[in-house]
Amino acid sequence: MQQLCSNKFVSPTTGATISSAQFGILLALLFLPQSTLWSRALFAFATAVLGTWIFVWFIQRIRFKDVVMVPLVGIMFGNVIGGITNYLAYQYEMTQALSTWLVGHFSLVLRGRYEIVYLVVPLVALAFLFANHFNIVGLGKDFSRNLGLPYNTVLFMGLTIAAMITASIVVVVGSISYIGLIVPNVVAMFKGDKIRGTLVDTALFGALFVLVCDMIGRVVIAPYELPIELIVGILGSLIFIGLLIYRLNHGRKAVRLGSAGSSGCSASLSALEGRDRS
Amino acid sequence: MQVTELTKRYDGKTVVDCVSFSIPKGKVISLIGPNGAGKSTVMGMISRLIAHDSGLVDFEGKDIGKWKSRELSKRLAILTQTNNIQMKLTVRELVTFGRFPYSGSRVTPEDQKIIDRAIAYMELEEFQDQFIDELSGGQRQRALIAMVIAQDTEYVLLDEPTNNLDIYHATNMMKIVRRLCDELGKTVILVLHEINYAAFYSDYICAFKDGKIAKFGTVKEVMTKENLSQIYQVDFELLDIQGKPLSIYY
Repeated sequence: MQQLCSNKFVSPTTGATISSAQFGILLALLFLPQSTLWSRALFAFATAVLGTWIFVWFIQRIRFKDVVMVPLVGIMFGNVIGGITNYLAYQYEMTQALSTWLVGHFSLVLRGRYEIVYLVVPLVALAFLFANHFNIVGLGKDFSRNLGLPYNTVLFMGLTIAAMITASIVVVVGSISYIGLIVPNVVAMFKGDKIRGTLVDTALFGALFVLVCDMIGRVVIAPYELPIELIVGILGSLIFIGLLIYRLNHGRKAVRLGSAGSSGCSASLSALEGRDRS
Repeated sequence: MQVTELTKRYDGKTVVDCVSFSIPKGKVISLIGPNGAGKSTVMGMISRLIAHDSGLVDFEGKDIGKWKSRELSKRLAILTQTNNIQMKLTVRELVTFGRFPYSGSRVTPEDQKIIDRAIAYMELEEFQDQFIDELSGGQRQRALIAMVIAQDTEYVLLDEPTNNLDIYHATNMMKIVRRLCDELGKTVILVLHEINYAAFYSDYICAFKDGKIAKFGTVKEVMTKENLSQIYQVDFELLDIQGKPLSIYY
């Protein structure tokens, strides 16, 4: 999603995908009280895809000058949808049932309740197959058309994949915010933005991050368990602030591991660049 | 490439008005003119980035809109003002995208050779594994040109390639343009603001004013005191330097 929207701050949390999926789950609970996991997932897929499309269509029409405006609009849009969800939940006394999906946690992941996660596998494979397409789309409309790539088709296909992956996770464990924002950004700082080269790293690092957060959640008030959303939220927002501060101090310079010699060189390079910009 | 009676309107305002010209092959053609004269819009229309309202852009015997986008991108490359790439890609990864119209995501050994040659041609070997957002403006522009070279098209269209570059890098850019034409035999069409670059480095100049072509011809034909002061509405003085007409305006 970050690549497709050419904006480092766009993610399922800041792009209204998660709240749209939750809205879909509520609709399923309202209209099909006997709904199974699969029918809830279907509702969540539809609303998540639709919500993400509307958001991206909106930011494409408006064209904000400031990149920070895009996630802000996304957060607002997500909160509007969340507000409607909450209103409906109160109206039909569904808040309790819904809370399972509002706060992500693993305590309800039992056999028969998680299998939908397997849907992610073909979707990720598809994303990997079209990774270069998404990279090119991220470089802009003119850039993609110059290379003969149908910009809108690839953009909306990519968003659909991202939204469906998100929705299938939300249906099973609920929302885990920030993870879609933090993990790709941290990986990109070290390894660049080429999707083909970083997809595996992003997946592994993301899994590790969730695992560590889950372990913390299980240890802090043992024998009870804190929801994963809480731990990821705290750690994630701290890392996010750290990222912002790093950006302010270092610009978009890559973090290079190892060789101390090159750091001096790249520092002088960035100083040169700074002069260029001023 | 043959352009006939090309017209573009935005909100009822005619930006490009019945423009006709033909592009000679294997030459450098510069589109010049004041702001809002329609040169960038014409560039967009002849490269299929902007749809035209009426008229015809005949590219190798077929209207440009009827070409398959993928096929067209093997024959015509366009670089717009994409100097603000916000993505952490290495130079080599960017140049590799130039092979996308041919091989998609599967880069063949043959493609690798072409990519190597394009990088070497732009003297970017030492930077090829650096991220483009860490390079200077001039190096980044060269990386984009290397991508266009890897794209291996007969026509290369550049929208203000010297924008935001200092004198050294801008002049180098123009020398590269000349080499693309002389050494690689490409037809290069540029939108330029600096008329002296247009005069010194191109073969033909197409001057726009108010959405129409004010003058189209060889550099010597277009670069006269009368033409220029009529197009730009300021006083011009012309000098002859190395056999090229360069202008001073005040």
